[in-house]
Amino acid sequence: MVDTVVNSAVPLSVENPVIRSKADVKSLNFFYGNFQGLKNINLTIPDKQVTAMIGPSGCGKSTLLRCFNRMHDLYPGNRYEGEIILHPDNVNILARDVDAIEVRMRISMVFQKPNPFPKSIYENVAYGLRVRGVGRRAVLDEKVEEALRDAALWNEVKDRQHELAFNLSGGQQQRLCIARALASDPELLLFDEPTSALDPIATASIEELIADLKSKVTILIVTHNMQQAARVSDYTAYMYLGEIIEFGITDELFIKPKNRHTEDYITGRFG
Amino acid sequence: MTSLEITQKAVILDQGLKLRSIRKRSRRVKESAIEIFLFASALSAVAITFAIVYVLVAESFGFFEHVPIFDFLTDTQWTPLFSDAHYGILPLVAGTFVTTIVALLVAVPLGTIIALYLSEFAPSRVRETVKPFLELLAAVPTVVFGYFALLVVTPLLQHTIMPGLPGFNMLGPGIVIGIMIIPYISSVSEDAMRAVPMHMREGSYAMGATRFQTARLVVTPAALSGIVAAYILGISRALGETMVVAIAAGQQPTLTLNPMEPAATITAYIVQVSLGDLPHGGIGYQSIFAAGLVLVLITLGFNILGHVLRKRFREIY
Repeated sequence: MVDTVVNSAVPLSVENPVIRSKADVKSLNFFYGNFQGLKNINLTIPDKQVTAMIGPSGCGKSTLLRCFNRMHDLYPGNRYEGEIILHPDNVNILARDVDAIEVRMRISMVFQKPNPFPKSIYENVAYGLRVRGVGRRAVLDEKVEEALRDAALWNEVKDRQHELAFNLSGGQQQRLCIARALASDPELLLFDEPTSALDPIATASIEELIADLKSKVTILIVTHNMQQAARVSDYTAYMYLGEIIEFGITDELFIKPKNRHTEDYITGRFG
Repeated sequence: MTSLEITQKAVILDQGLKLRSIRKRSRRVKESAIEIFLFASALSAVAITFAIVYVLVAESFGFFEHVPIFDFLTDTQWTPLFSDAHYGILPLVAGTFVTTIVALLVAVPLGTIIALYLSEFAPSRVRETVKPFLELLAAVPTVVFGYFALLVVTPLLQHTIMPGLPGFNMLGPGIVIGIMIIPYISSVSEDAMRAVPMHMREGSYAMGATRFQTARLVVTPAALSGIVAAYILGISRALGETMVVAIAAGQQPTLTLNPMEPAATITAYIVQVSLGDLPHGGIGYQSIFAAGLVLVLITLGFNILGHVLRKRFREIY
């Protein structure tokens, strides 16, 4: 069923002919114990763009996303093969001698379910800075405000920053998690189905936010919602059974997919 | 269809309905019988608690007819066996609190660290090996712990850091009670920490936090209500501990807050009297009920405190 894997160099768009690469995934294989979750992934993540990964459940899109911040290191029995080269300094973030914590300092993540910490709104946003040893109040205040503004949450919470984060609504909590991820100035921001636990209105606000954020940070988003991928992303990778079937400019991939299998999926004939 | 057939059908239908309603009724009777049985079981626990409190209060009444409550609470001597008898509960309360505090100084840090290690750091094989040993610690009879305090811990302290320590003292038994309650604190705290959902930890790791930062800044505050519950359980256990202090603390009711001195606790006094040094029915005999009542009130106070703290720090994930 899976025939050709389309080569995944960055396809240049007409409007934006000079897009650099933020990260290159090279012959990446990933194993959960004996099960191979990812098979020979080659992918280029364009800088300051939104790249979406779509595909049916179990296709490996979240697994691939979690390679970027070495989340798999937390559990025993997981193994990477291959490279993810992060630009501009061309470091292979999967290399054994690269500290996973260093990687996570540069690459932030927003999860499927809002997961604020049992702390105040302020301390949630300041968390990344605190674990980096930033303790100066003036610096923290400034960074927290900036991150909350970038996450479009500032106006709603500026007078209640010291309230417990659990008091916020689900959509607000997810924007708080985005603010938390932004506060440490990441180069790459990973979203793992960020709206799957939210109602349509909160979803719309998160999507709007993602569109606004791409001028600041490269974004990689996993979604099971094809319309969402079409709405928010510049590039889309379609995955199936641990492989990338097709990767291209979102508009092109959705309008005239090169691969029959991709077409079947996006037209709803399969999945 | 003839009218006869219709009538027959109606009769059959009617019988069916009746049968069904009989079955329904018998089911309802059975259900309510079960419910009553379950209710009675639950009630018996409550009833026993009330019965105990009733006996304590009733016997204490007899005691307080002879000894004014004011003297009981303020007199600094507890000498029910002397001809010049004094019934001041303070020395016993002081002994109880000193041994409990020593125990908590040992058990709270150790128990919490063990829980953090087992929940956040230990590989699952280590956890599965260590936990049964910890539970074994809770299974050792307290009388063994008592002699351990008297014959091992106190001599050890005398030979190392405290040469002047008397053979009977509150420090040794306090330390041993602390060791004894470590498994209570560590296992309840560990359960609370492990109940913190993984996605919250992942959020912390994803921000570049280390394991220790995650444990300290995210897991501990998230599990705080359970950890507080563990401490309260440990306190109640230490307050009520009897054998260790009866054996190793000296059974001398002295009003002191110095753990290096011998003393008696409320429980040690009760066990001393119930071993037969006092005649049944006398005021000395009644004094054990008054002492017991005080202990129950103290423990109740801590339970209420624990309840309040648990509510205050309850988890919302």
